[in-house]
Amino acid sequence: MTDQADHILTTEGLTKEFKGFVAVSDVNLKIRRHHIHALIGPNGAGKTTVFNLLTKFLIPTGGHIRFGGRDITSAKPAEIARMGIVRSFQISAVFGHMTALENVRIALQRNEGTSFHFWRSDRSLDKLNDRARELLTMVGLERYADTTTVEMPYGRKRALEIATTLALEPEIMLLDEPTQGMGHEDIARVTELIRTVAKGRTILMVEHNLGVVSALCDRITVLQRGAILTEGTYAEVSTDPRVKEAYMGRAQ
Amino acid sequence: MSRTAWLAVVIAFALVAPFAIYPVFLMKLLCFALFACAFNLILGYGGLLSFGHAAFFGGASYITGHVLKEWGVPTEIGILIGTLAAGVLGMAVGVIAIRRAGIYFAMITLALAQMVYFIFIQARFTGGENGLQGIPRGHALGLFDLNDNYAMYYFVLAVFSLGFYMVYRAVHSPFGQILRAIRDNEPRAISLGYDVDKYKLQAFVLSAALAGLAGSTKAVVFQLASLTDAHWHMSGEVVLMTLLGGLGTIVGPAVGAGVVVALQNYLAAGPLGAWVPVVLGVIFVVCVLAFRKGIVGEIRDMVKKSF
Ligand SMILES: Nc1ncnc2c1ncn2[C@@H]1O[C@H](COP(=O)(O)OP(=O)(O)O)[C@@H](O)[C@H]1O
Ligand SMILES: [Mg+2]
Repeated sequence: MTDQADHILTTEGLTKEFKGFVAVSDVNLKIRRHHIHALIGPNGAGKTTVFNLLTKFLIPTGGHIRFGGRDITSAKPAEIARMGIVRSFQISAVFGHMTALENVRIALQRNEGTSFHFWRSDRSLDKLNDRARELLTMVGLERYADTTTVEMPYGRKRALEIATTLALEPEIMLLDEPTQGMGHEDIARVTELIRTVAKGRTILMVEHNLGVVSALCDRITVLQRGAILTEGTYAEVSTDPRVKEAYMGRAQ
Repeated sequence: MSRTAWLAVVIAFALVAPFAIYPVFLMKLLCFALFACAFNLILGYGGLLSFGHAAFFGGASYITGHVLKEWGVPTEIGILIGTLAAGVLGMAVGVIAIRRAGIYFAMITLALAQMVYFIFIQARFTGGENGLQGIPRGHALGLFDLNDNYAMYYFVLAVFSLGFYMVYRAVHSPFGQILRAIRDNEPRAISLGYDVDKYKLQAFVLSAALAGLAGSTKAVVFQLASLTDAHWHMSGEVVLMTLLGGLGTIVGPAVGAGVVVALQNYLAAGPLGAWVPVVLGVIFVVCVLAFRKGIVGEIRDMVKKSF
């Protein structure tokens, strides 16, 4: 029982088949509260699919998902988000035609309870601006508050995504390759950012950059062809010969 | 000119217009302008192409016609009942269609609207091919005799202004913000905890109800509710008006409706009468190819660039 209390998100036998092709096979994940947990593995290993299953963007063909002891296997994606599991996407997920400030406000707006009010002026949302600016400042985007998001550099969009996610005060954040396609400088910035926002929160992240993984992550699960190959700390995983063969050997 | 100045000019024009232009024509224009603005709410701001809006426009005109003629309710109440009925119909259609996207959404709305059309052909109260004739205009607020075309015009102008304001308000509301977000990036909106289908459904119902408001008002003006207003041609025409004027701009659809209705009226009177659909078709094709953002969208871009 104490074991369960420690784990905020768990899966049992999580499986996803696409027309006979098994993309995720019998995955048992245990994510500890307040850990930064990495999901790594070669391309096509099924990491994004696991994310889609956890956030209900895909329906599992087998297995169970539990969040804080509650079975969420058949919940809806928006419901999951309201429970406190908020994800990012592999390609940056922002509202491109809105300003950075408006992006964050969309998330803040959810707790206002006025999101169906079509008779009210949107000026009523202005009271959220201060909090939105705070969040933007936290991720170093205060200068971009009034910039339309499509015009922002890629690394900044990913930071905006994190600010938007944070606005919901999620218990657990799922980040799908947050540093993908970034230069060194942006990578360093986002790594720092994740470290900051991880305080008092749980993070599950897919990450290819092993430098980032070793710097940030408490625990690492290695996925290969849809199944868990091994799990452990960075030191344990990185010395595992099977992992070297399957993943690191190729990456280096 | 500032926005307020523009608004003042437009209002002043609308107030004096019936003394220069035939009021019935102006009223027709206002009804279709409101119809297009309502449609724009779901296509331009909801990102859903409905091909069945004639069912709401025509349906409301039948309901209003019926209650004014048979129940003898005041004109405002008759219009309100028609509007609400269109909203309820919109809810029924929306619940079935809203989960689908793109062409499937268009096809389902078309199919359901065709079923509604079939009911209107068969039902007794609609008067079949002859339509529902002799709808009484009644009095506005129980005071102003709407049989006078000037009184009727100002009544229609008031209805249009109300409907137009409601579209504007909905677009610039907390709800409108979520609609924008959904149109921009639906998966992201879901991942932030928004039940996007519920937001789309609400937009659809609002759009249907306001389309109904336009149809009800038109029935009062022409004292007639007919199959033409419920026919799928009408669903297509409102798409054309909206795209022509400028999708997702507040005034674009009204301008588009103005252009289409004016062309129809003037061409119909001249030697090109039989060619109206062809002329409109050519204009539409030219617009889609050359001015993708519609009249108002292109003008807005030009103004932006020149400053
Ligand atoms: N919707 C889908 N339909 C069919 N196959 C899919 C689908 N999504 C992913 N896959 C397959 O599942 C495997 C795992 O994909 P993915 O989870 O994206 O891998 P990763 O994120 O680890 O690179 C891939 O072989 C991919 O082609
Ligand atoms: Mg992936």
